[in-house]
Amino acid sequence: MNIFEKMFAFDRRWVYLMLGVAVVIAVKVPFTVPIRISKEARNIHLYLDTLKAGDAIHLAMDYDPSVMAELQPMTDAVLKQCFQRKVKVVVSALHQFGPALAARALDTAVSKHFELTGEKLVNGVDYVFLGYKPYPALIILGMGQNYRIPFPTDYYNVPLDSLPMMDRIRNYSDVKAVINISGTSATDWWISYGNGRYGIPLAIGVTGVMATDYYPYLQTNQIFGMLGGMVGAAEYETLVNTPGPAVESMKVQVVAHTIVIIFIIIGNIGYFATRRKQRQNIV
Amino acid sequence: MKRQLPLIIIFILGVFMVVQYHVPHESSEFFYEFVALDWPPIIGMFALTLGIISLVRVSINRVRQRQDNWQYSIFTLVALTVIMIAGFLPPFKGPEATSVRWMFDRMIIPVSATMFSLLAFFIASASYRAFRARSVLATILLVAAVIVMLRFFPLGPFGDPIAATAGWILNVPNLAAKRAIIIGVGLGIVSTALKVILGVERSYLGRD
Repeated sequence: MNIFEKMFAFDRRWVYLMLGVAVVIAVKVPFTVPIRISKEARNIHLYLDTLKAGDAIHLAMDYDPSVMAELQPMTDAVLKQCFQRKVKVVVSALHQFGPALAARALDTAVSKHFELTGEKLVNGVDYVFLGYKPYPALIILGMGQNYRIPFPTDYYNVPLDSLPMMDRIRNYSDVKAVINISGTSATDWWISYGNGRYGIPLAIGVTGVMATDYYPYLQTNQIFGMLGGMVGAAEYETLVNTPGPAVESMKVQVVAHTIVIIFIIIGNIGYFATRRKQRQNIV
Repeated sequence: MKRQLPLIIIFILGVFMVVQYHVPHESSEFFYEFVALDWPPIIGMFALTLGIISLVRVSINRVRQRQDNWQYSIFTLVALTVIMIAGFLPPFKGPEATSVRWMFDRMIIPVSATMFSLLAFFIASASYRAFRARSVLATILLVAAVIVMLRFFPLGPFGDPIAATAGWILNVPNLAAKRAIIIGVGLGIVSTALKVILGVERSYLGRD
């Protein structure tokens, strides 16, 4: 077997090993990747920046721990921006593993806000956490009628009617936008029902593999912005001036993609060299 | 009657849901809240119970008969039991119970994240084997994939043109293909729904 044949048929374990080593090196070696801000990410930031203090948005966190590396930084950055601008946030989690992540994200955002500003945010006044209910499509439709239909109480079993923030929030017409951070098909329901039926302005944050599915909705303005995968999360962290785990992870992504591209090139060199040899043999 | 009754129920509820969607009247909303929002969770609770019973029976049988990978079924049963007990223990906090949160934070999060992270290795290996310039179409796919991967690389003066090209790929050819798929799937959903509502499609009823 000559070198080109070896290049054509690397054992996959070499690919795994090279990628693993490259990722470890990228984590350990300090360097930064410049972040280019996309129009889709900037649109979300601009929209939230134009909201007035006291306005409310709905943050739908529909994801599980498997995709939290990509999506949690988006949630953290959006919460930070909202709390800084004194925008109230209604939070729901329509994935069965979502509530624990959402509760954790809210706790972290509240304590970070306190560290930064000395201002203590109060559950029920500055934000409301609705929790989880099964069947996302029905829950999205139900909240469009009245938040109290699917969620008579919040996640902590407090009746919504007793929460000061919910006094003037009945359904989607009382919130300025829905930001759906999702690793599930709930995004499709938000587009079909949240935006399609109730006309709520909608922006989404989705995993990298999902992002390509939603460009048609951007063009038709069914969604006004999109954060796609780790890149989207890094863009939003940059926009809110809080470089965090997503910006840090971009160097790992760059190195991992470089390894993938190198292997693609090696594979193609091997492929063409082997093919030429086979043709010469036939002649 | 065994076959006709489900068909009648499907027809009535299917037509009701279609009409209700387009009639924003209070009475329509009332029926919608009553039928569409209350019933599915109730039915779902029974389905969940049946699912748990089925899972337990299958797992016990697998362990008893020492079927392939029967050891995993023991983990399934133990995990199911432990998490349920933890959630039901006083002070009855369910998913917010300290022990459930502990298991979620220290077991489910790392295991889920690890499983998903492994995808990176499979994708790298698959890219190496699949992205070969075997034909014109395969070459186009290969070039598009590399440009999209390069879009956030720090490539100095080449960075912006590559990012713009990647943006064009995502916003034009990708968008066109996705839109075609979405419209096709949408039409398929409508036709299948109509066939189910009108009783043309009956395979969901089973054979007997």
